[in-house]
Amino acid sequence: MLRLPRFKYLRPKTAREAARMAAELGPRAMFVAGGTDLFPKLKRRQFEIDTLIGLDFLPRAIRNGSDECAVDAGVTLAVAARDEHLIARFTGYAEAAGVVSSPPLRNAGTIGGNLCVDTRCNYYDMTYEWRKAAGFCLKKDGDICLVAPSSPRCWAVSSTDTAPMAMALEGAVILVGPDGERELPVAALYRDDGIEYMAKQPAEVVTGLRLRSTAGSRSAYVKLRRRGSIDFPIAGAAVAAHFDGDVIVSCRIVLSAVASYPLEAKAAEEFLKGKRLDGDTVREAAQLASKPAKPLDNADLSHFWRKRMVRVVVEQAFERLNDQRGGVDG
Amino acid sequence: MNDPPHPAASPPTSPHGGEVSLRVVGKPLPKVDAAAKVTGRAVYADDMLLPRTLHCKILRSPHPHARILSIDTSAARRIPGVQAVITGADLPVKFGILPVTQDERALEHEKVRYVGDPIAAVAATEEEIAAAACDAIVVAYEGLEPVMSIEAALSAPKDERIQDYGGPNNIHKLVALEFGDVDGGLARADHIREDVFFFQGNTHLPMEQHSAIATYVDGKVTLWSSTQVVHYVHRALAKVLELPMNRIRVIGAAHGGGFGGKTDPFAHEIIVSKLAMLTGRPVKCTLSREEVFYAHRGRHPVLMWVRTGVTSDGRITAMHFRSALDGGAYGSYGVASTFYTGALQTVTYDIPAYRFEGCRVFTNKPPCGPKRGHGTPQPRFALELHLEKIADDLGLDPVELKRRNFVKPNTRTVNWLRVTSCGLVQCTDAVINASRFHDRGKRPGHGMGFAISSYLSGAGTAIYWNDMPHSEVQIKVDRGGVTAYCGAMDIGQGSDSVLATIVAEELGLQPADVRLVTADTDTTPIDLGSYSSRVTFMAGNAALEAARKMRAMLAGAVAAKAGGDASEVEFRDGRIGGFSFEEACVLAESRYGTLTSAGSYTPPRIAGPYKGSGVGPSPAYSYSACVVDLDVDTRTGLIHVNRVWIAHDVGRAINPLLVEGQVEGSVYMGLGEALMEEQTFRKGLHKWPSMLEYKSPTFLDMPEVETFIVETIDAEGPYGAKEAGQGPLLPVPPAVCSAVHDAIGVWIDEIPVTPEKVIEALRRREKGEPPRYGPPHFPSIPYPPTIKVEPPEKDASTAAI
Repeated sequence: MLRLPRFKYLRPKTAREAARMAAELGPRAMFVAGGTDLFPKLKRRQFEIDTLIGLDFLPRAIRNGSDECAVDAGVTLAVAARDEHLIARFTGYAEAAGVVSSPPLRNAGTIGGNLCVDTRCNYYDMTYEWRKAAGFCLKKDGDICLVAPSSPRCWAVSSTDTAPMAMALEGAVILVGPDGERELPVAALYRDDGIEYMAKQPAEVVTGLRLRSTAGSRSAYVKLRRRGSIDFPIAGAAVAAHFDGDVIVSCRIVLSAVASYPLEAKAAEEFLKGKRLDGDTVREAAQLASKPAKPLDNADLSHFWRKRMVRVVVEQAFERLNDQRGGVDG
Repeated sequence: MNDPPHPAASPPTSPHGGEVSLRVVGKPLPKVDAAAKVTGRAVYADDMLLPRTLHCKILRSPHPHARILSIDTSAARRIPGVQAVITGADLPVKFGILPVTQDERALEHEKVRYVGDPIAAVAATEEEIAAAACDAIVVAYEGLEPVMSIEAALSAPKDERIQDYGGPNNIHKLVALEFGDVDGGLARADHIREDVFFFQGNTHLPMEQHSAIATYVDGKVTLWSSTQVVHYVHRALAKVLELPMNRIRVIGAAHGGGFGGKTDPFAHEIIVSKLAMLTGRPVKCTLSREEVFYAHRGRHPVLMWVRTGVTSDGRITAMHFRSALDGGAYGSYGVASTFYTGALQTVTYDIPAYRFEGCRVFTNKPPCGPKRGHGTPQPRFALELHLEKIADDLGLDPVELKRRNFVKPNTRTVNWLRVTSCGLVQCTDAVINASRFHDRGKRPGHGMGFAISSYLSGAGTAIYWNDMPHSEVQIKVDRGGVTAYCGAMDIGQGSDSVLATIVAEELGLQPADVRLVTADTDTTPIDLGSYSSRVTFMAGNAALEAARKMRAMLAGAVAAKAGGDASEVEFRDGRIGGFSFEEACVLAESRYGTLTSAGSYTPPRIAGPYKGSGVGPSPAYSYSACVVDLDVDTRTGLIHVNRVWIAHDVGRAINPLLVEGQVEGSVYMGLGEALMEEQTFRKGLHKWPSMLEYKSPTFLDMPEVETFIVETIDAEGPYGAKEAGQGPLLPVPPAVCSAVHDAIGVWIDEIPVTPEKVIEALRRREKGEPPRYGPPHFPSIPYPPTIKVEPPEKDASTAAI
């Protein structure tokens, strides 16, 4: 069977201490919170480290302010999914947390971990032996992208459900580094690269997430996957919008699993400003939103179908917004 | 000492149930091993860690097709902790489950035929060390063009053939049989229809990965393994290790699921035995999940073509069926699988003239073999959908069309299969009525589909030709209680519970009172193993015979002491006549000496008079009918199954709880195959050998299942019982596709029915193309001249055998 490699486990007491350990050890070490994605990857030798830095010291509270909610990074996905305040005011975020993987993994996985979860590719998420047989790829041990061999970059797919929603809600993360703390918009946390997919410093620890209701009074997350549980997203739409009566004042649409980072559909956002959410408008917006999505043949089902489905998940997400208001136009 | 009485002298119950009142048979009792399994006390092969155990890892081919130029193990041998490294030169003798296809080596040293083919093995003090040593073995290859599809296998190979037998090209096996006058039957038909279908390959996905641990002590190999067939593993070990069978002992460890995937002898079983012989230490190997996908022996991908003639009222006049099986790299059970794709069409529908042409090809993929339903779910899928389409053509209700062609009990099919008990009508009535199939409401995207099927209660012929019984049971009784010995392997289906229940029924005990010793080649008499749904029928009959002999002795002794007729002595609630069970044992042992009895079962010789007739006959057939209710999301193509009604003719349910479990498990597996499971390859590699990416339904994807047990009390089954473990899977995939057609008006003629296929079929309909997704055509195959076989008389009782 597949065995974990041997590693040292460090147990810092504060984020600052954890960051300093990470800075000192460099790429030999990784942070571990819930470990639900990390441990299988260690078994498959996708991560090769000799030290894990435990983040079990992270607080696990959800604090509600008047128009802000602070969620500690150590809060499990299961807790976030059933938090009444999040469900009422940041509906899409609670929905996103509630559809990550399966119930047992949501009990272990954290909201901080899901923001940082590794990009995925079915040429990469394989055992060492399989990857060796396939010839290794850019992301680990190789020098070409097996999905797009002529491409100079890695096309692994951003597979977090909560990050697109946190982005749509204009959230920000708290990062603690060896020398201090800073706040960064979630939108600035990611890069369009399958390997260097995070813009934070490697030694920085995500300690919390701030969501502001100024981003949208209504929000929804729709996840597409083959089965009712367990699967990572193969497409997804996070939408958040402000309304003035029936009219959209502003909205954000962020797509999951169609690029190496959560992909904001800016043209569709612009298009929807000042419009009523009737059927034709939603269809046109969804069509616009799906344009920048470029799924490749490295996740479940065909990329042609996934490309087509982007439009559908965006439509479904807006239908949910309408449901939240209790009536549908058009 | 007196001679033991003949059991017939004191018949305790009527031979096969019927009117007698049964005390434990028919009761929904928990499995005898349930507590051990759910509390973690059951000892699986991987749980075993004997003192000084070494761990084994196997180096596997990274190439789908290549010649091995050299293997350098020197660096691996230098790694501290490595105790032994072996290659194919150490295990050159070939083996294989069928005598006609001895084409496998435990380790290949000349040529590799799929990614995952074993090349070398290491025994080391730790598993990580063994893995590192495998990585240090240097193999030089000369790459050969891989053959990755049926069509490619039918064409001339670019480099060389995968195997050096069979042919032409990469064809493994060709079959052509005709029963009755097919051309005449087609000429008589009012309507003729042709269709092409494809059933994708899929794998068993047992929860427990294969695992084996071997010792070599005093010149004797002992192997504990997660296997379905200790006897066949025993034979293969003797052959490859070149040891007499009496120096090898194979024990079936607690089992975490087989479904056919542990029915071949496997390389790792031979390898750990050899490494134990070389090192003198216990050696264990547990396959990784990825390696289980390579060990495979799963469902063959099968392309099928069928042409049927019917009268205007829907009666079949003749059928011509062709199959092409993608066999993977080795023979495995493939010859039998090929025949099975043509054998059982006739045991559900009365087909007066039938031609079958089958073909199996080699490809550079893990070998296919038997998976639940072995070779018959694929043609069942094609046949059921084909008849639905014919009903559509004729404007008939498909249920009615199928009913008009149902076989009758106690008949013989055109291909000489003997049908005895048959609950097709009862099964159909049960699901059609319960689902209100003919009153179903119509809402967009909603549909219901119906299908039937049949399966064997054990193959009528053994894998290697012999005249011996297929199953044997011994019973020992003394003051310490009752022990039953049988080579049968409980793979989770509950065969231990069935044996205990039968012995308990006859001796007036509870199943938990019967101690079992099973699946141990040293201590138990031979049973051929847990495959082809044979254990309840065959081991059950052997147990019944042994138990009745024992009962006769106990009754005889009690009657001699208390007076009266032995046949009148009652066995119930742990008492025999007026005595406690223990007192009766003392009386019987005093009278007859050591109390042992034996029973065995040999299937009736009912195969037809033609070559290939060994595949298909069974002492009895189970029957199933199923209705699937589902919704199709026309925007995504995703399918939500709402409910499944399934009825299964099991003859008699020895334990209805176990029967329901088997039926529900079959529905689960059938839905997985219908909707998502597929063993697919990209650039020569298995695309997703992992539990996350190889999609199989989760709890959330599993609908409510309403099970109906139909009892037809088979004349030859123990208490009238037939099989339940495989048959109920078969109607599920065609019922799903039929329901999809009912829902959205498109035919998906291949499984799995993925959302992209649904969307594509809808797009074709919108564009005015035929509203269908499926294989466009059937390839041209050089079938041999057809062997014409005269059909038998229809009435089974008068048919010449």
